[in-house]
Amino acid sequence: MSDVFDRVKKIVIEHLDADADKVVENASFIDDLGADSLDTVELVMAFEEEFGVEIPDDAAEKIQTVGDAVKFISANAG
Amino acid sequence: MRRVVVTGIGLVTPIGVGAEFVWKSLLAGKSGAGTISAFDASDLPVRYACEVPWTTGRGGGGEAIPGSFDPEIAMSSRERRRVDEFILYGVAAANEAIEDSGWVAQTEQQQERTGVMIGAGIGGLSTIAETALLLEKEGYRKVSPFFVPSALINLTSGHVSIKHGFRGPNHSVVTACATGAHAIGDAARIIKYGDADVMVAGGCEAAVCKIGIAGFAAARALSNGFNDDPMSASRPYDKDRDGFVLGEGAGIVVLEDYQHAKARGAKIYAEIAGYGMSGDAYHITAPAEDGNGGFRAMRSAIKDAGLTTSDIGYVNAHGTSTPLGDEIELRAVERLFGDDAAYLTLSSTKSAIGHLLGAAGSVEAIFSILALRDQIVPPTLNLHTPSVETKIDLVPLVAKELTFKAALSNSFGFGGTNAALVMKAV
Repeated sequence: MSDVFDRVKKIVIEHLDADADKVVENASFIDDLGADSLDTVELVMAFEEEFGVEIPDDAAEKIQTVGDAVKFISANAG
Repeated sequence: MRRVVVTGIGLVTPIGVGAEFVWKSLLAGKSGAGTISAFDASDLPVRYACEVPWTTGRGGGGEAIPGSFDPEIAMSSRERRRVDEFILYGVAAANEAIEDSGWVAQTEQQQERTGVMIGAGIGGLSTIAETALLLEKEGYRKVSPFFVPSALINLTSGHVSIKHGFRGPNHSVVTACATGAHAIGDAARIIKYGDADVMVAGGCEAAVCKIGIAGFAAARALSNGFNDDPMSASRPYDKDRDGFVLGEGAGIVVLEDYQHAKARGAKIYAEIAGYGMSGDAYHITAPAEDGNGGFRAMRSAIKDAGLTTSDIGYVNAHGTSTPLGDEIELRAVERLFGDDAAYLTLSSTKSAIGHLLGAAGSVEAIFSILALRDQIVPPTLNLHTPSVETKIDLVPLVAKELTFKAALSNSFGFGGTNAALVMKAV
């Protein structure tokens, strides 16, 4: 879990120029980290690349916080 | 009718960035040409271009090299991921021009009376090429959500408006190599008509990429005989010229209603006094042999300015260094100016910076404005032996001091589109 969280956090910081302190489990990409709808699409693509998972569009729509991403990846990755 | 003046300028060019730095380099006879560094061009017939020097080392630039383009200053890394380089150059030049003008749109009224008209000839060509390859190789899911907005030509206008809060007319010109000139002319008319008081206008381009070089080389438009000596390749009017050298960058001006500029005590560079347009109705890439399109655009611009040919001291020519185009334009200028041609100076600054396509017209308008301000005209580099005789002073090799009150800048594009601007000292 923590390994996945750290890797997700790194991607979020890189893509959103976000403050490391703000990238916490319940942080919302759009409301707390300054993402727009295009950023969230790109983030999902970056998660797919990093973890070798496919995140279908309907699942991607539900990934709105850092914790959502960690949960989905932990449940579905390799 | 309202008068329109230039109150801010910004340049990103192959001989450096920052209008004053570029201007000094231009007068000193610097060339921006070199062997292509942005990508591996070894399997192309043309392996040289005029690239913008970056602080990262690309294009002959470097951290310690004055006038290098620092991408970090122009946009954050997050913003840069959303744009093709043509937008990056455009935003950087616009930032410089807006800062130079001192114009800050603070009230809602000021924001709504300030617009943007920045175009490009091709737009996000390298992004389109790279994305097409990615799609073919890895499939739909690898296509970035930023692909479309990073490649669209009008997105430079979009980014500039978002960054500076300009909520007036937001427009964009696409007329190939005449884009920059049309953008300035059209934006000036938007002010004259009363739709805005301030317009940020010009062109930007970043087509020095593999598909760009390949495409222009295939159209037989590019110089290809100087792989061992790139700096000698762009040689307008010279007998050994063999095509244009592709360049990249941006030229942006802040245009303003004269009374508006005066009321806020703005520095005024020059007046956009005249604008002329025409179409060749002849061929998709070749210029019409009689030069009639360029002739009519110039004539309209001078008439629009309320001037005569005897008032024009300097012409910044389209002069791309192609075998056909240079002489056709020169003959059209001779025909229009008649006896006044004997007192005229005409140079092609593409000899120094190459052909910036959609940015060429606005960069060259800025050069014309600075020539007027400093009463010195920039040289035509590499012009050792003119291919034709002419009464016109082609300003070979070195800049020349000149007392004059108005300049004309020509821009002609594929599709047979022509634009001419007349700039006048205020």
